Amino acid sequence: MSGPRMELVCPAGTPATLRAAVQAGADAVYCGFRDETNARNFPGLNFSPQEMAEGIRFAHDHGSKVLVAINTFARAGGTDPWRRAADTAAECGADAVIAADIAVLDHMAGEHPHTRLHLSVQAAAATPEAIGFYAQAFGVRRVVLPRVLSVQEIAALNRAIDVETEAFVFGGLCVMIEGRCHLSSYAAGRSPNLNGVCSPPEMVSYDEDAQGTAARLAGFTIDRYEPGEPAGYPTLCKGRFKAGDKTGYLFEDPVSLNAGSMIVALKTAGVTALKIEGRQRGKGYVTEVVHAFRRAVDAAEQGYDATEIDSILAGMSEGGRQTTGAYRKIWR
Amino acid sequence: MPQISLTLGPLFFHWPADRLRSFYARIADEAPVERVHVGEVVCGKRMPFSDPVWPEIIERLERGGKEVVLSTLAAPATVRERRAVEELCADGRLVEINDVTALPARSGRPFVTGPFLNVYNEATARFLIRHGAATICPPVELSLKTVGAIAVACPGTGFEIFAFGRLPLALSGRCYHARLNGLHKDSCQFTCEQDPDGLAVDTLDDQSFLAINGVQTLSAQVNAVLVDPAELAALGISRLRLSPHGCDMVEVARTYRALVEGRQDPEGARFLLSCLDLPGALVDGYARGEAGSRPVLPA
Repeated sequence: MSGPRMELVCPAGTPATLRAAVQAGADAVYCGFRDETNARNFPGLNFSPQEMAEGIRFAHDHGSKVLVAINTFARAGGTDPWRRAADTAAECGADAVIAADIAVLDHMAGEHPHTRLHLSVQAAAATPEAIGFYAQAFGVRRVVLPRVLSVQEIAALNRAIDVETEAFVFGGLCVMIEGRCHLSSYAAGRSPNLNGVCSPPEMVSYDEDAQGTAARLAGFTIDRYEPGEPAGYPTLCKGRFKAGDKTGYLFEDPVSLNAGSMIVALKTAGVTALKIEGRQRGKGYVTEVVHAFRRAVDAAEQGYDATEIDSILAGMSEGGRQTTGAYRKIWR
Repeated sequence: MPQISLTLGPLFFHWPADRLRSFYARIADEAPVERVHVGEVVCGKRMPFSDPVWPEIIERLERGGKEVVLSTLAAPATVRERRAVEELCADGRLVEINDVTALPARSGRPFVTGPFLNVYNEATARFLIRHGAATICPPVELSLKTVGAIAVACPGTGFEIFAFGRLPLALSGRCYHARLNGLHKDSCQFTCEQDPDGLAVDTLDDQSFLAINGVQTLSAQVNAVLVDPAELAALGISRLRLSPHGCDMVEVARTYRALVEGRQDPEGARFLLSCLDLPGALVDGYARGEAGSRPVLPA
């Protein structure tokens, strides 16, 4: 297949996972600092400044890039941690900083004009006007596309803009427009934009009663399970609720994204990079997924068709249900 | 002490044209608010229904002495929607920006940033003020204290908080009214029109929780920020936004007017609101820096 080779962008929540992703064939690894400046602010995850510098050195020695996510919104009256994170990333030699907040983008453009800027999915920029604005105002070179666009819309967008695009192909799936969702803070007081967390684990409870198990988030029942039925994690938008005379998964079924079968279509649509979600995932998982997607992307580059690529990724379902998400218009 | 102004925010729901006409006529004649937002914010597919009636509504409101603000779509996507945003941005009236899509078309002339635009800190606020932001209504999940921290760093700019109504919590590419009714978004049959305040979403244990309105998800509960006007002024908050619902919005506006003029204390205002035909219980957790669903604390 012609055109520039697509870049495979892989998650790393720890230095060990970063090394695993690089060794499994990641063209680029994305990761964040161990604080509220990144959108996967979970206990036991992420990098100290020293670990970041070492991780970047390791990646560069092995021909991979490191993209540093500083993608939450800086706190009013306390924006220093975000500025510091941006400065540290630039000083460590990060290949790019991924940001969503205008405050962070403006700081990067002013203080570190030579460090590449990628626009986070949390900025939810989905039109040529919005992307053009970020490119013109801050010199953004790549936009991570909101997970609500169809492949046709991505192709049209790529024809209208002159920055690179990066699309999610595997892992967790937000059904709401990211960066604009307050469901978690409404129920539980902590949210992706404010704290880098969604449906926070410390607010989760599994309560047994005569009907079985209720999985709750801050007291709100997100789903119920029969006695003996395995209970899932109560992610707010993937719960079962009642509306009108209907009961069910009103927002989204408990599925994850697998757009492996769309790799060729995404390349044709002009996408530069493919992204795997999952900075909260362990080394074993990341190794397996990155390895499989490395083979799939290489196969796509060599002209294999979607069915052949699908068979490479057949083992990647974890037993859970999967969707190609918004890439196919039927999702809406 | 500077007077706190009242704003009637944009309508989130799909009301028929006749209802829009009569609603805004009464607002023009009777509601004690300085500013009224008009225009579709949630779903571009609804625009062919409401677009024909906005000119007469705007004329009626301006004749009634209201300052009219043209609100723009929160998630424009199609060519038609993007063109609509651009055309509204060319208007001489004040425009509300709810997505960065509108910024290039409006930059340099005054605008309002709506709660869908992510203004979380003073650095972002100052950047937008340099581009023309004259009033900033920050995201609903910010506390009064946080809005105050932004406002103090931006003297001269109006800060407005989302003070009444079901909270706009999320937007999606997917239409939940269509999904609920087994329809595709592209042929949705506009079933959202049947729910003038959105459709309540309860948990499996019958807890009142959320509401759906097409591609939008709101809180089931009604956010009601009822605090002493001196406290608001001290934080640098100069406007309260009231979001239109099916209840008597003129009464809502009168209640908030009495509150900001010091004729009604917060507890009395809360009692008056609770007597109206509200779609949900009163909450104000966000204003206090807690989960948005936390109920209003008794005084």
